[in-house]
Amino acid sequence: MIIVRKDFLYLCATNKRTEMKQPIYLDNNATTPLDPRVLEAMLPYFTEKFGNAASRNHAFGWVAEEGVDYAREQVAKLIGCTEKEIIFTSGATEADNLGIKGVFEMYKEKGNHIITAITEHKAVLDTCKHLEKNGARVTYLGVKEDGLIDLGELEAAMTPETILVSIMYGNNEIGVIQPVKEIAAIAHKHGALFMTDATQAVGKIPVDVIADGIDLMAFTAHKMYGPKGVGALYVRRKNPRVKVTSQMDGGGHERGMRSGTLNVPGIVGLGKACELCRLEMESESKRLSALRDRLETTLNKMEESYVNGSTQHRLPHVANISFKYVEGEGLMMAMSDLAVSSGSACTSASLEPSYVLKSLGLSDELAHSSIRYGLGRFTTDEDIDQAIAITEKAVLHLRELSPLWEMFKEGIDLSKIEWAEH
Amino acid sequence: MAYSEKVIDHYNNPRNVGTLDKADKNVGTGLVGAPECGDVMRLQIEVGADNVITDAKFKTFGCGSAIASSSLATEWLKGKTIDEALTIGNMDIVEELALPPVKIHCSVLAEDAIKSAINDYRVKNGLEAIAMEKSHH
Repeated sequence: MIIVRKDFLYLCATNKRTEMKQPIYLDNNATTPLDPRVLEAMLPYFTEKFGNAASRNHAFGWVAEEGVDYAREQVAKLIGCTEKEIIFTSGATEADNLGIKGVFEMYKEKGNHIITAITEHKAVLDTCKHLEKNGARVTYLGVKEDGLIDLGELEAAMTPETILVSIMYGNNEIGVIQPVKEIAAIAHKHGALFMTDATQAVGKIPVDVIADGIDLMAFTAHKMYGPKGVGALYVRRKNPRVKVTSQMDGGGHERGMRSGTLNVPGIVGLGKACELCRLEMESESKRLSALRDRLETTLNKMEESYVNGSTQHRLPHVANISFKYVEGEGLMMAMSDLAVSSGSACTSASLEPSYVLKSLGLSDELAHSSIRYGLGRFTTDEDIDQAIAITEKAVLHLRELSPLWEMFKEGIDLSKIEWAEH
Repeated sequence: MAYSEKVIDHYNNPRNVGTLDKADKNVGTGLVGAPECGDVMRLQIEVGADNVITDAKFKTFGCGSAIASSSLATEWLKGKTIDEALTIGNMDIVEELALPPVKIHCSVLAEDAIKSAINDYRVKNGLEAIAMEKSHH
């Protein structure tokens, strides 16, 4: 029996800034804090309910299995599928790998063509690149200025050899939501399966695999107030029955599609997280989109600031804004009381700014100047007030330091300058 | 990434931010980098009698390390002769600011900015430009 003070859990999860001042957390697309209610559901499965869910002969195993079964129901209910269609994995990256590689290996006799988009997460892009070395032909669709794929282009790319179309639900950097239903219909019309990486969408907006026509779907717990290290792949069992070749062989867990002792506390956490999202999504998304809109509208009033991606089709909690003539990493450093992320390349060794922003047609310069704000369940009104104030102050400060801002103000056309090689 | 204390100090209290009159014969201006690379530094020197740098100013578009590198450069330049200034190498900046490997390009840019400001001054005053080494890129 262990005792955890509830107020302690609450303080951890809600990021209440008490003794040591913590930055305001607006990077919920990277990960979300664990909801204390999720932690509470998980805790017994670390201690007294420690059994292996695959142990069929004693109560310890049965109790663990019950926990997993209940979680499977909670997950299924959120996305509108049956329990048997859920395969638990270590996260969305593994689910993406299992879905794409598993379909390719299972259906390669039928065809070797896969269609995806250039704005996908690396978990999808690099998996496709891996398959290209193994005989797959992959089409990477571009996106329009608003971040959405062109359905006509998708239709034109379909061939009799196309076995899979994999397009993400909501984008992690700009939050745009792809026309999933229409994409599914096009894929199906040509006899291909439709998979979606719904990591950022599940739990944030209503996702119904039947209504949306989804055949495979990857998602993860830690983007919806659950724990890290656990996710799931939805694999359709009816109309059509989809099969994937396992990528992890062993004890035959998860109906042979993903061997490995189940992460029972994690799975219980994922289940609880899904249940909370299902019950609270409607009110939460309304609250967050109002906060996001306030943040975005206010910051967009600043001179030379640009909102990136569609503002029409997008997740309720994301804003991606470029502040021209200041560099993103420098800006984040000036906003140390704010935890956000940037499409600037300065943090990476490659020096290439965000490929997602660039694929919208954004110049490298604007991509370098972008800040992503990801709001979440524990973001308050006051957090947004402060985020606005901190950003405005930092942008103004850095523009004072920026030679580009000075030149812009002097009316110099920066595109006409011959920049030194660098 | 965690920044060194010196980078944070220069970033929070940048030295010599500003603009000198680039039309002035005694002022040399170096503008290096490119917006699409995420770094642009403008470094200016004012040269007095005996080739001594009497003032230095900068403005930088870039990350914290780029801002700190140029701030440090202006600090070092003041009071040095042109010849002394030419001996400042990017690795001196790396060492002083404890820049990690991914930020070495910021120091390279600062060195280029110094040399390019000196060259601008030299050319304005009828002297030959000094060849810029590119080997460290």
